[in-house]
This record gives sequence, C-alpha cells and structure tokens, in this order.
Amino acid sequence: MKLAKTLMATTALTVASGTAFADGHMASEMTLVSWGGAYQSSQQNAYVAPYIENNPGVSAVWDESSAEAVAKLRAMNEAGNVTWDVVDVVAADAIRLCDEGLALEIDADEQLAAAPDGTSASDDFGDLLVSDCFIPQIVYSTTFGYRTDLVGDTPPTSVCAVFDTDAYPGKRSLEKRPINNMEWALLCDGVAKDDVYDVLATSEGQDQALAKLGTIKDDVIWWSAGADTPQLLADGEIVMGSTYNGRLFAAIEEQNQPIGMLWDAQVFDLDGWIIPTGLSPEREARALDFIKFATDTQRLADQAKYISYGPARASSAPLVGQHAELGIDMAPHMPTDPENAKNTFLYNYEFWADYRDDIDAKFQAWLAQ
Amino acid sequence: MAEAMLAADGTPLKRSLARALRRQKLRALGLIAPLLLFVLITFIVPIASMLFRSVENEIVSNTLPYTVESLASWDADQDTLPSEDTYQAMFFDMFVAAEAKRHTRLGTRLNYETTGLSSLFRQSGRKLDDIADISYKPLEDLDGAWDEGETWYALMNARDGADTALMATQRARIARLTDTETNGVVNFAPDAEVAALLPLAAREYTAWAIFVATQDGRDPATRDPWEAVAPALLIDLQSADLGGYDGPHADLLRAAQAANLPVPNFTDAFADVDKDWGNPEPWATIQTHSGKYTGGYFLNAVDAQKTADGMAWQPENKQILITLFGRTIWMSVLIMCSCILLGYPIAWLLANLPMRQANLLLILVLLPFWTSLLVRTSAWKVMLQQQGVINDVLVWIGLVADDNRLIIINNQFGTIVSMTHILLPFMILPMYSVMQTIQPSYLRAAKSLGATNWTAFWRVYFPQSIPGIGAGSILVFILAIGYYITPEIVGGTKGVFISNRIAYHISSSLNWGLAAALGTILLAAVLILYWAYDKIVGIDNVKLG
Repeated sequence: MKLAKTLMATTALTVASGTAFADGHMASEMTLVSWGGAYQSSQQNAYVAPYIENNPGVSAVWDESSAEAVAKLRAMNEAGNVTWDVVDVVAADAIRLCDEGLALEIDADEQLAAAPDGTSASDDFGDLLVSDCFIPQIVYSTTFGYRTDLVGDTPPTSVCAVFDTDAYPGKRSLEKRPINNMEWALLCDGVAKDDVYDVLATSEGQDQALAKLGTIKDDVIWWSAGADTPQLLADGEIVMGSTYNGRLFAAIEEQNQPIGMLWDAQVFDLDGWIIPTGLSPEREARALDFIKFATDTQRLADQAKYISYGPARASSAPLVGQHAELGIDMAPHMPTDPENAKNTFLYNYEFWADYRDDIDAKFQAWLAQ
Repeated sequence: MAEAMLAADGTPLKRSLARALRRQKLRALGLIAPLLLFVLITFIVPIASMLFRSVENEIVSNTLPYTVESLASWDADQDTLPSEDTYQAMFFDMFVAAEAKRHTRLGTRLNYETTGLSSLFRQSGRKLDDIADISYKPLEDLDGAWDEGETWYALMNARDGADTALMATQRARIARLTDTETNGVVNFAPDAEVAALLPLAAREYTAWAIFVATQDGRDPATRDPWEAVAPALLIDLQSADLGGYDGPHADLLRAAQAANLPVPNFTDAFADVDKDWGNPEPWATIQTHSGKYTGGYFLNAVDAQKTADGMAWQPENKQILITLFGRTIWMSVLIMCSCILLGYPIAWLLANLPMRQANLLLILVLLPFWTSLLVRTSAWKVMLQQQGVINDVLVWIGLVADDNRLIIINNQFGTIVSMTHILLPFMILPMYSVMQTIQPSYLRAAKSLGATNWTAFWRVYFPQSIPGIGAGSILVFILAIGYYITPEIVGGTKGVFISNRIAYHISSSLNWGLAAALGTILLAAVLILYWAYDKIVGIDNVKLG
C-alpha cells in the first residue's frame, strides 16, 4: 500500500515537472527531431541556442530520428503518446504526415513571422509551402559531385555525363530508389524537361527510364545513406555520384577533397518543420512559439552560415553571409545561387506521392534482375 | 477388495496426493507469472497485433460506410459507372471524412492497390465544398435563415420523440471514422417526425452534431452545420410530403420545396472534381477492397494481387518478393554452412588446447562479438571495396592487375563474407560448449582399438559434437534470415534480403499491412524449418551448453 502510494506520488511529480510552465501556458521542455550531423548542429547554432537564450527556463532535447519520422509518429499516434514537439522532415514526408492527420495544419500568415519589410509569411515562402502542415526551412538539392583528378581535362558540365561511360569511364553512385534517377534518365534519353513527368506516368515511360539506367547498370554503386557518395569519392571508388549538395560542400571546402560540383539538372527539395497532432495545449503553444522564431527571416539566413543549404524565405537570401568558421562567402555555394540554378528540377511531390509505390516496385525488381 | 489407502488426515491418499501436486503446480505458476505476464504484454501482444495488420482492412468501410453499402450491388465487370445513388453516398461519406481529415488516409491505403488514388482523394476532399454550394448558395439566397445554425437546430432537434436508433447509428459511424469514443454528451437528438420526413438531412445533421460535440467539444445548438446538410435537405424535399408537418420552420421548408432549388448531379459533379471519378477503375478498387478483412496483403507479399476478378499475378516487371524470399533462404543456408566449416575447427581448438591458449583464442572469438555490428560491417566495406585493403594487397603482390580489380562487395559475395564473419561467434560458442563435454578418453579408446585418426574422429568424436552443430546452425540461420543492416550496406542490388523490403514498407512506404504479411510469411517459414529440423534431426539433439 505504502509502495503504491510512493509510486503514485513520484509519478505525479514527474508528470507535474514535465508540464511545469515557463510562462504560464507553455511547456518548458521541447523534444526536437532532426537528422543529426552537421545539419542538426546548424539548427542548434542558428535557432535553438538563441531561442533558449531568449527564453530562460526552456530546455530542448534532440532526437535524431527524422529518417524514420513518419513511421514513428504513426506508431506514437496509435499508442496515444506523442513524445515529440517539433519534427524536421523532408517535404514529401510532411505531405504524408498531413495526409494521415499526424501533423498540425499551420496558418502561415497567422502563426509565422512576417518578413522585416512587412511581406506576409505566405508570400515570403511562396510556392515552397507545399503542404498545409509544412513550415519550410531550407532548400537543398540532390546533385552530382565528380573527382577532379579522374575526369581528365574535360570536367563534366551536363548531367548526361553520368550516362556517358566512354567519356567518363569508372563507377558512378546513384541512390537506391527511383526518385531523381528516373527523371535524369529520361532527360538524357531525349525527353524534354517539361514532359518528363507525363512520360514517367506511363508504363512505357517507366520502361524507357529503366532501359536508359540499364545502359550503366553495371557501372553503378547504389547508395542508401547520404554519406556514402562523399566517402566513395574520397576513396576513389567512383568517378562521380549523386548526393545532397551540403555533403559535397563539406567534402570540398572543409575536407579539401579533389571533388568538383556538377550542378546541372540538380533536383531541389525542401526540408522543414512539422508539429505533430495530439500534443497538450501547453506543448503545442511552445512548439508554435519556437517555430515562429526559428523560421523568421534572420534565423533562416543565420543557418546558412553553418551549412550550404539555401534559406526557404525569399527575404533571407540577401542576408546570407560568410561561413562561420571558414570565412568564405556562402552565396556561391547555395543550390539556389543563379549561377548554379541554370537548369534545375523541383521534386514533384504530387507525382511521387501517387507513383512512388508502383515505380519503386518496378525499380527494385529491375535492380534485382 | 483392498481398502483405499488413507493419508494422515483421513482423506484417500490419491486425492491428497493430487491436491498436493496441484498446489505445487499453482505455486510454480505463481513464481513464473511475472515473467509470463511480462513476455505476454511486451512481446506476444505487440507481435500479434502487428501480424493482425496483415489482414485488417476496416479503414475502407469505416471511412465510406454508405458508399460500400451502395457499391455492393454494382457489377464492376460491366464497364459501367456506379449509379447516381453511389455517387451521392460517396459525397456524404467523403464530406464527413474530409472534415475528420480521414479521406487522405484512405487515399494512401487505396494507392497501394491503384496508383493515383492518393492524390485523387486528397484533391477531391478540398473540392467537396464546391459541390455542396450548388445547393447551399441558392438555399441561403432564398432565405437568410438557412444560414443560421439556430434555424437548423430548431428544425432538427427532438420535440415529442427522438429517433434514438438514428442517433446510435450515427454515433457508431463517427466513432468508427475517427477511431475515438463518441459516447460523450451531445446537446442534440434528432426529432423522430423530422427524421421520418427528411431522412437524409436528419442523418447528416445528426452526424455533424455528434462530430462537433465529441470531437471539437462545441455545442451544436450554437454552431452552423456543414454545408453538406443543404444538398441533403433539398434531396429530401424533392419527394417529402410536407402536408401534415406543423413543426418549427414549416413555412421555411414549404418555401424551399416550392422554390424547387437545384440539387447537384453527383455523377457529373464528381467528374468535374476529377475526371478519374468518371472511370470505373477507382470504384472497382474501392469495391474490391471494401471488406473488413483482406487477403490482399498476403497476395501482394507473394507477387500477386487482388483484383475485381479474384487473384492475379503482378505484372512481371513488378515481381520481386518471391525472388527475395528464395534468396534470403538460400543465402542464409550458405552463410550457415560456411559458419559450420569455419567454426568447427576453431571450436575444436578451443575445446582441446591447453587452458592458457584456449582462453586467448576465446577472447579473439568474443572480441568481435562485443564490437558494434555497424562498425564490423563498415570495416568489411573498407576491406572489400575496389580501392580497399584486399584489392590493394592483391595488386601489390601482383596477383591482380590494377585496372582489373576484383569486385567483391555490393554483391552476394560481400553479404556472405561479412555475415559469415558477424555470425561466426553464434556458431562457435554452442559448438565449443558441447565439445568441452566430450571425453578425450573416448578418442583414445577408439585409437587403442585400432581406429585411424580419421575413423576415430568421424565415428566417435563427430557424432558427439552434432548437438553443438545443430544448436549453432539454428541460431545462425534464424539470425541470418532476419538480417537487415549488413545486406543493406554491403549487399548492393543482388545481395539484399527480404528484411530490407520489410524495413522499406515499415518506414518508407508505410504499407504496414504488406510489411506485416511479409513478416508473417517469414515467421511461418522459420517455424516450418524448425519443425522440419525437429522431424529430421530431433530437437532433443540440440544443446546450447
């Protein structure tokens, strides 16, 4: 009896401390979910540390689970115990979380900060608000890096160099999923850029893309983690390979590897925050307060000091400065820089939400052949 | 006849003995009860509930109850569209589902079966208000009172008698749709007279009232209902006989009936929302997958699919899972065999070397065992890649040309090598513990009776070590069959296992039903192999130490 009472008392205590309010109606603890590594530390430096400085008594804990965020949030929701407050996900996952009712819908103009010149948040983010639940942070791109010492005197300038094993012999690395690869294959098989998704929606188009990929199948190392390609490039295993542009920036500028960037036909994608549904009002208020601060114009511009991903607000772009440690100008390393963005794709969320399962099954079957 | 033997207290000995035994058994059960409960709650129940997902399919009928009912009489083979009634049912189902934000979830579910349904549901959900407005706007223009929530509440709320059956069915409808309890207090009950006169409007209004009361915690008396009640009312008014009606707003109703306001043609309206609703295909998908339980996931798991005409194989360019099952089994057997071949001599050395050397060797076996799995797998990557240690050494000693380095990673070879290394301790340790118990004197006896070294080993030592091999093999095989991370890293395209697909469906495609079906099949395969092992070798012949 006594034991039970003590147990209940301690449980009550922990519950109480968990929901103790810093300023009346907001929780004092946040669990933020992100990807770990350099990206997470850029978030820590650019938004979380300043936020905690402004709000003494608030603490933030990181959970590096963004890669499995959708599955875990679904499981938490089913168990009725959501332990995350703010979750960093790619746009495609945000759309799915929104579809499943697992993410809170956000009214950008009401709940996010306006630009310093008064432009409303929805205009400042513009088309990047791809879902009602999604608050974009950065624009990143999936693009190619190549070994400068292995390509001779003619460094590649077109994405089709990936399919040209005569001019650029050696292995290449591509992600072990159809997204992006199918688009590049069609583009290099003579399909016009505007028609790519119309073609890819047909069974013949999918076969065409796989046939084009088939011409280099024996020369491809398929990666599943973003760190693989920089590693393979550094080891000289491959002559060129696709990965996230920030990874290549780190390999080139921070580790001085002999790697060059091939920006042609880079695929833009977005990364941003969502707030899970089913939080207590106090936690939800805290999460919204944090989000409003963390996605304002200055904070997004600050993040670019630490990592070469473009801020998602138009008003942040002029504020992008120099790298915090290397002291180099960051603007030319942004995927959104006009010099780099001459030929780009935007990840087609709608298309892949529909066709992902179907094409992935074909792609995996093709890989296994 | 012999007297029954009596115990000291006078009861027959047999009964007394049985009672004592029973007490003993209960006490034993009591002792293991905590563990039993723990295993049951933390292991068996979650696994069972996960496996149950492989057949569970309530989402379709929970989200679209009236559509499913109406589709039951439609013949998908006729290549005709469903009737207007079905489209109408779909509108009301989908409207409530969209308010509860459940229609997109259903879209995701049905997209596993027919590509394109995900965006079809997502986009249709946004445009349902447009269909409702076909009736809502004219009704509102006719009389501003229809824009007031109070008008509707006064019309619908019970006066003399409430329709409790309608209330109960709508409570159940919202409960199934939102997957929550809806037993809370609702400040509304549908009036029996109005429910008989205006069945559709009463149904939709009741659903709305229950929804706002139980989900949003608002009072329906003061809120404006969903626009969908307007088309429902006008549909009812087309055939309602208002002659005997003298309840609240009788004049409003008569005016609306007399005005003959437009009712949406739902078939055309849906085709306007998205032309795909004008095809039989999405309807056939809904009909085929409308059951509460489905074998569809199991069919998908073996490269088949459930269609309107029954089972059919997947198109050849999508068949992969059977291949992966086969590959998982035979590669696991190969890994198990190479573990036996490599592990047996080491276990023998461990058991027969003097204590000091044996301990050193044991540490060498255990050290990698204690190292993280990821570290060991990554180390193999460094070893095996084309610019890696092994290739560098081979090139250096001139066995391999520099421009013709061996490809020993990102294929089946890479998976087999690294998994054999990683699983080797699981083979060596049971073998070692069995070999330790084999008396050296048996071998000496065999030799003193004239056996050669080989005969002594093969006829005397080896048979005694079989239980160790059996235990090690079962351990290694069962571990190998579920391996995921190592094949993912070093397996390339041809060295991956079925567990990689399970992981994909759990965390990427979110098709948990298919993942559960794949997992169930894998579990069944392991149990069948275990049973076969028991029949052939005998499970009593397995010793873990």
